[in-house]
Amino acid sequence: MDDVLRQGVEIRLTVNGRKHREVVEPRLLLADFLRQRLGLTGTHLGCEQGVCGSCTVVVDGETMRSCLLFAAQMDGSGVETIEGLADDPDRLHPVQQAFWDHHGLQCGFCTPGMVLTAKALLEENPEPSGAEIREALAGNICRCTGYVFIVDSVKAAAETMASNAPRGESP
Amino acid sequence: MKPAAFAYCAPRTLEEAISLLDEHGYDAKLLAGGQSLVPLMNLRLARPTVLVDINRVDGLAFVESGDEVVRIGAMTRHHTVATSSEIRGASPLLSHAAGHIGYRAIRHRGTLGGSLAHADPASELPCVAVTQSATVRVTGSAGERTIRADELFLAEMTTTLAPDEIVTSVAIPRIRPDEGWGFREFVRKVGDFAVVMAAALLRVADGRVASARLGLGGAEGTPRRVTEAEQALVGSVLGAETIEKAARVAAEAVEPTSDIHGSADYRRRLVHAMTRRALQDALGRLEAGHG
Ligand SMILES: Cc1cc2nc3c(=O)[nH]c(=O)nc-3n(C[C@H](O)[C@H](O)[C@H](O)COP(=O)(O)OP(=O)(O)OC[C@H]3O[C@@H](n4cnc5c(N)ncnc54)[C@H](O)[C@@H]3O)c2cc1C
Ligand code: FES
Ligand code: FES
Repeated sequence: MDDVLRQGVEIRLTVNGRKHREVVEPRLLLADFLRQRLGLTGTHLGCEQGVCGSCTVVVDGETMRSCLLFAAQMDGSGVETIEGLADDPDRLHPVQQAFWDHHGLQCGFCTPGMVLTAKALLEENPEPSGAEIREALAGNICRCTGYVFIVDSVKAAAETMASNAPRGESP
Repeated sequence: MKPAAFAYCAPRTLEEAISLLDEHGYDAKLLAGGQSLVPLMNLRLARPTVLVDINRVDGLAFVESGDEVVRIGAMTRHHTVATSSEIRGASPLLSHAAGHIGYRAIRHRGTLGGSLAHADPASELPCVAVTQSATVRVTGSAGERTIRADELFLAEMTTTLAPDEIVTSVAIPRIRPDEGWGFREFVRKVGDFAVVMAAALLRVADGRVASARLGLGGAEGTPRRVTEAEQALVGSVLGAETIEKAARVAAEAVEPTSDIHGSADYRRRLVHAMTRRALQDALGRLEAGHG
């Protein structure tokens, strides 16, 4: 029986634009697959029960908890992690830059999930109010900052992204 | 923690999924959105040895508008229930309630069928399903049957589904233009499970309440309609006084659970407050002339 339980599942998926083909044990969580197999340790694991948000990644365009998905389910999917956000390490994504500039992090444990969740918010709602930012980030727990600088960072990112938007388009 | 080892199957058809469940009995578990099951597996509170993933089964995620009901496939994600204009047009109450489930990342993955099958007393969709007298279609090795929502929930986390039965769709009656609805829940923080929630659906004719539905979730082990309060409303002139009376009747009618999230007495007070506010919202929508 043990052999059956550990029988590998073959998956083909794209992570941050790169194609991978791997055989995974069914119980391997997507978060552990990203961290241990692909070495993408930017995705953090806090609670492993969906509550803290530190494992947030983008699967086929939607934010999801990578601690509540099995790698075996990802055949054919496209996954984006925090590592895929900046195409050049010297040119951060506006949300990353804003967190840097406005002290939106201390230990950094919650940051990958915060940044990906904030980015998803701004793509849908480019001018969120403070309350909307807090509501969108309610599922991401931070034990360090007290959230004030995180909210400031998201507001600042919204402004940069609006001013970067191509002329003639609404921000 | 990490889940215990299991064998993984991802069938493409409902028949295959049912035969896997039939073959493995209580050792097997269906995996839908995984937003309730996987936390339990990570905590090793659930240790299925065979996981039957139905995310690749065709034909389980759909929205079908009819004259009387909107039929929603079991694998429809909470986010779709909350945002689909077809669902919102048929039952704004259901859409609104779905928007209260957890956080965005949870709603992107969790499913309507999973929420009903999981039967957490504090979940929104079972409460609305019972309030609106939805019907749930299920298929198992013995064939297909339709269950009334109030007959699906047996006790906390327990349904009348057989181990080899799969929820395939849910039919939600359309809310008519002359009905007003309200939904209120009490949470400590946005996205938390509600401590208590109330859903109300009212129709007024000739100045008096012609029909009333009031459902509660989180108060007891299963969601239920509070017929005592509904009867108190029918025939009366809807206003602050009748609403207050109905809320009082509801608070007296429940036998609330007591746990770490709230004592029975606290829940009783919440039933009063949430019922009053849900009814006020329903009245407000009736006065504004849209359900
Ligand atoms: C952080 C967090 C916050 C949450 N907050 C809320 C909240 O506020 N309100 C709320 O209602 N829920 C909340 N949830 C739970 C969420 O709504 C789940 O999506 C839902 O309870 C279960 O649906 P699922 O599709 O994820 O099911 P799964 O987790 O895949 O399955 C749950 C159970 O149902 C069974 N099952 C699934 N689909 C079917 C089917 N079609 N037929 C028969 N059996 C089936 C499974 O075998 C399993 O036993 C939260 C979850 C998390 C992680
Ligand atoms: S580790 Fe996934 S939500 Fe906490
Ligand atoms: S910066 Fe430490 S948890 Fe948020």
